[in-house]
Amino acid sequence: MFKVEKRPVESRLMGYLSPVLAAVLTLVSGALLFLLLGQSPLEGLYTFFVMPLSDLYGLSELGVKAAPILLCAMGLAVCYRAKVWNIGAEGQLLFGALIGSWAALQLLQVEGAWVLPLVLLAGALGGMFWGLIPALLRTHFNTNEILTTIMLNYIALNVLLYGVHGPLKDPDGYNFPESALFSESTLLPTLLDGTRVHIGVLFALLAVAVVWVLLSRTFIGFQIRVLGLDSRAAHYAGYNEKRLVIFVLMLCGGLAGLAGVLEVTGPIGQLVPQVSPGYGYAAIIVAFLGRLHPVGILLASLLMALVYMGGEMVQIELGLPQALTGLFQGMLLLYLLACDFLIHYRIRLGGRATASVAAPVSEGA
Amino acid sequence: MDIDFIINVLYAMIRTGTPLLIVALGELVCERSGVLNLGQEGMMLVGAVCGFIVAATTGSLFLGVLAAMLAGCLMALLFGLVALGLSATQVATGLALTILGAGLSAFIGESFVGQTVLGFKALPIPLLSEIPLLGPLLFNHDVLVYLSFGLFAGVIWFLRSTRAGLMLKAIGETPESATAVGLPVMRVRYLAVLFGGAMAGLAGGYLSLAYTPLWAEGMTAGRGWIALALVVFASWRAERVMFGAYLFGLASILHLIVQGMGVSISSNLLAMLPYVVTILVLVLLSSDKARVRLYAPMSLGKPFHRTQ
Amino acid sequence: MAMQLGALVRAASTVLLATAVSAAALAQEPLKVGFVYIGPTGDAGYTYAHDKGRKYMEEQLGDQVTSTYVENVAEGADSERVIRQLAKSGNELIFTTSFGYMNPTLKVAKQFPKVAFEHATGYKRSANVGTYMGRIYESRYLTGVIAGKMTKSNVVGYVGSFPIPEVVRGINAFTQGLRSVNPDATVKVVWVSSWYDPAKELEAAESLILQGADVISQHTDSAGPIQAAEAKGVYAFGYNSDMSLYGKNAHLSAAVFNWGPLYEAKARAVIDGSWKAEDVWLGLAAGYVDIAPMNDAVPADVQQLVMDLKQQIVDGKLHPFAGPLTNQAGEIVVAEGEVLADKEMLSMGYYVQGVEGELPK
Repeated sequence: MFKVEKRPVESRLMGYLSPVLAAVLTLVSGALLFLLLGQSPLEGLYTFFVMPLSDLYGLSELGVKAAPILLCAMGLAVCYRAKVWNIGAEGQLLFGALIGSWAALQLLQVEGAWVLPLVLLAGALGGMFWGLIPALLRTHFNTNEILTTIMLNYIALNVLLYGVHGPLKDPDGYNFPESALFSESTLLPTLLDGTRVHIGVLFALLAVAVVWVLLSRTFIGFQIRVLGLDSRAAHYAGYNEKRLVIFVLMLCGGLAGLAGVLEVTGPIGQLVPQVSPGYGYAAIIVAFLGRLHPVGILLASLLMALVYMGGEMVQIELGLPQALTGLFQGMLLLYLLACDFLIHYRIRLGGRATASVAAPVSEGA
Repeated sequence: MDIDFIINVLYAMIRTGTPLLIVALGELVCERSGVLNLGQEGMMLVGAVCGFIVAATTGSLFLGVLAAMLAGCLMALLFGLVALGLSATQVATGLALTILGAGLSAFIGESFVGQTVLGFKALPIPLLSEIPLLGPLLFNHDVLVYLSFGLFAGVIWFLRSTRAGLMLKAIGETPESATAVGLPVMRVRYLAVLFGGAMAGLAGGYLSLAYTPLWAEGMTAGRGWIALALVVFASWRAERVMFGAYLFGLASILHLIVQGMGVSISSNLLAMLPYVVTILVLVLLSSDKARVRLYAPMSLGKPFHRTQ
Repeated sequence: MAMQLGALVRAASTVLLATAVSAAALAQEPLKVGFVYIGPTGDAGYTYAHDKGRKYMEEQLGDQVTSTYVENVAEGADSERVIRQLAKSGNELIFTTSFGYMNPTLKVAKQFPKVAFEHATGYKRSANVGTYMGRIYESRYLTGVIAGKMTKSNVVGYVGSFPIPEVVRGINAFTQGLRSVNPDATVKVVWVSSWYDPAKELEAAESLILQGADVISQHTDSAGPIQAAEAKGVYAFGYNSDMSLYGKNAHLSAAVFNWGPLYEAKARAVIDGSWKAEDVWLGLAAGYVDIAPMNDAVPADVQQLVMDLKQQIVDGKLHPFAGPLTNQAGEIVVAEGEVLADKEMLSMGYYVQGVEGELPK
């Protein structure tokens, strides 16, 4: 008989193995799914996971797709480390895109090297502002940030729609809901000719490094981790919880806002109603998939981008429905969450399980 | 604006609020046991599609509703196995459930798009429906709306006056002491999660079988999230859930009626009003820290580790 | 332009007859056609109608074509990749079916000069990007006429999605039709800020019915408004495709798109080498839009009137926006004897007389 027992210490090995196990389980389930759909499982998996990356162009697109998810997920990871349940990266991204677009449209006729940085800064500040709202609501009014950030996502979307249907609409665009095309000086330079991979991808990588250093090498990062592990300990240590909450939400907002403004000044090149196909929500999965560690998140964001591209690819090549993308994402995350059990517990064949105490164990991380 | 008009608006408010009320009641029970399930939207969608498929193939609305609830339960069971059985983070597990549910429902419902069933019709209750004003308002609904009234009363009664209800609340507050006195924490939490799933499935079924009898991808359009906010709005009190659900329903209806009256405000700005109102109310309710402490289940969202 | 396209279709069919018997053509690889959809094919509305068109094209052309589609493609950064991927995968004709794909389509088209692109509802073209759209407002005009004859309260409700020119044009054409037979009737508009939310659309229709509307029209994609009308015992018009299934009594007719013939004609043109990037904006005359069969509740004489008016539009004798056309303020926008120019229609940003309330800006 199988017995479950708690490990005395978390298993490092399992920490690395569990994502692999989850990926394998997802692949097996995916193969079964393809079989169910009357497709060859191997061909299906190949089309889904390998074909999108078969050339340099595919790899460049992977970077383009992963960058906004990665930026949002880095910010979310910092929040989640502090047990601040920010679901609002989507709204922060949209608001950043809106403010960045507004700045870009004001500067249509202006040229100069400082124009683009200014636009990006505007976007990041927009996102920070949108992150500051739930932070203040939580610190000053004790309002649950899960709910306020969800509501703020809807509000940001509607404000953006208002902007693009109203004041920011292209005056020469026949009243269609799109802004004018941004000028050259407000567009991101690309890194490789003939592809869309832009310098924003470098910003995303930079964010990985910055967050890594922040979390592992700085005092504020230490405070964030302590707050997340045990808020009472943080209190007794004299850490200012309010300041930390504001800090993590504004940091996440800034990164998400940057992601938003990078989208409009990069691959899109104008403000449109649909800036994000849910990057902020995908980033939540990515943050957990990468177990809130910068490097893990980097890998997870690439995987997530690949799932999106694979979903498109199986539609084009095999005529399968788009719903597969959601199924794969959901399965992947559920399997991972399930496999993480093995980090804290081990399963033994036979023998007596030792009783374990109901100790508070860090969640998710 | 005559009295009939007002009654009609309130009638629409009840219908609009009903799916929210049903999901929120389920989530409330779930949260009172200490479990936060953010997967409402996914469970609703799977409930909606399964209910519709069964009703369309068997021709029985009753079986459709049962299927919707069962489907919601199965989704909730998945949540339970991962979040309770394997002690995974509840927030992440719930989100995964929502994503999975959206994909799954689109996947299995594909061939049922563009069909319809003869949905639940209003069923006036004899005598009661003839009471002036109140009759047309309360006693001229479809059977699922009556069911929501019953569920509302049932949940209040359960939490207030039954042993099981008290047990559930105790477990939600301090699972450790509940275990110490021999309460079956895990079993109760599983049951609460399953109840939440059944309610989300039922609410999905209400949409696809009574409100707009059709299946279309993503037809719940964010109502699961609203329901989550309603639970906090109600400060975890069942009595207030109905008030919140109907208030949100009223806000949704009014923003449309105001437009019909010729008020010219950007429709996008109007569309965000219900969300702004929700935040404001949340702020008002939660700003009194002591009160929230009093109402929010102490162990909400925290994993409980089995002690076997 | 109607004539021109008719000729094109005829020419295409003769060529097809010729090629059908030629063995060389039979040996040819089938034409690969790609579609990019904004919604799921399961939306039972806009995308569903496009996908019906795609299937029609496949049926008509048999093994001369194969087609693929990508659904739920966001209008942001994703669309460009999807369009490019379709071109890279060997599709020689690509339909991008939503307004937001305009600039991405143009960008990709530049890199694939040999591929033919067709963008729905847009206004920018290039050497290998054509645009197409159905003059659905012609159908709207006819449904407006039916509404004018059927309303008793003289209040007609209209569920709108977003106040963009296409939708405003539809409201105006509907109102013109309505008032041509019933000058006392007015139109109330409610915007739901969504293309697709069955429950919200139903609520919008209900709120209009509450305010006295006894006929409902819609420019959103789900059957919610029809179901609301059916439940409340008033009339309604569907959109995109025949929605009578959702309300046997309520559904009077619908303004429907008929993308099939267009997709067939375009594919044929690519096969026989006659494809050109052009602006195809055709309506009833070409059969690209139509109205769904009318409900029996519509009296025979009204049905006859509507069919007569339809014929007049087909023959070019009647234009929904013929002068004198007055806006809400009572100013004449189109003088007697003239019709509204296509360019004006494309950017329509005002209500005509008969619509209540202000157009949100």
